[in-house]
Amino acid sequence: MNRVVSALVIGLLFGVGIALSGMANPAKVLNFFDFAGTWDPSLAFVMGGALLVTTIGYAFVLKRPAPIFDDQFHLPRKRDLDLPLIAGSAVFGIGWGISGYCPGGAIPALGLGKADAWLFVGSMIAGIALARFAQQTFAARTVPQTS
Amino acid sequence: MTEFTPWLSLLGGCLIGVSTVLLMAFHGRIAGMTGIVSGLLPPISNDWAWRAAFLIGAIASPALIFVTTGYTVPFESPTPTTWLVVGGLIVGVGVHFGSGCTSGHGVCGMARLSRRSIVATLVFMGTTAATVFVVRHVLGGF
Repeated sequence: MNRVVSALVIGLLFGVGIALSGMANPAKVLNFFDFAGTWDPSLAFVMGGALLVTTIGYAFVLKRPAPIFDDQFHLPRKRDLDLPLIAGSAVFGIGWGISGYCPGGAIPALGLGKADAWLFVGSMIAGIALARFAQQTFAARTVPQTS
Repeated sequence: MTEFTPWLSLLGGCLIGVSTVLLMAFHGRIAGMTGIVSGLLPPISNDWAWRAAFLIGAIASPALIFVTTGYTVPFESPTPTTWLVVGGLIVGVGVHFGSGCTSGHGVCGMARLSRRSIVATLVFMGTTAATVFVVRHVLGGF
């Protein structure tokens, strides 16, 4: 129960940060990237603030043997720069540039009750499911048969 | 045009940072929205409860802000419906193969100086800016 309540409060804090920062506002996000037009540099301050706090905070937290509600830290193990990482990130940017929504901005935007945000998140989830299905189908075909 | 809001954006960014650090300190998890959402899609991971709670909290946040301060979170979505759906699908496919988005790579990964996250962030920031340029200044769109 403590775990769930704590995750709820941390999620709330995350959403408040996103909402106040302007990341939940697609027009503001698009303007941040529009250097040649209506440029709004605000989001550089979001990234700066978030990175400053996280870099310092992680340095302390990750020195501890384990988190409070778990027996280990779950950190990504991959190290190599592979094609899915680079191509996937490039593709994500195209979608972000078309829509103005990134996943972290879109989820708190759902709480504004605007149809556009729900439509975006529905499409995004369909995209993740589609990608996962394609990956599994492809992986199943290319796994060498061992008998 | 949107108003330049350096202080509010800095405050919001710091709160995102505090939340990210707390999620690691209490749950040992990366505060990446892609990973959190993906774990709730079938096959649903057995640690779905904290993920669902985090998402519910995030979705409730604009209401909390309004109730406590009376501030309405600004929201304007200029992309036409068809392109919004296309954009959503593209984002979903991209973040799945790219293993993360702005929160996971751009904040959590960069803060750990992960080489993969630094490269991913540079790549998606680059293609986002290029896409906005093409949509707005080449195609004359939204």
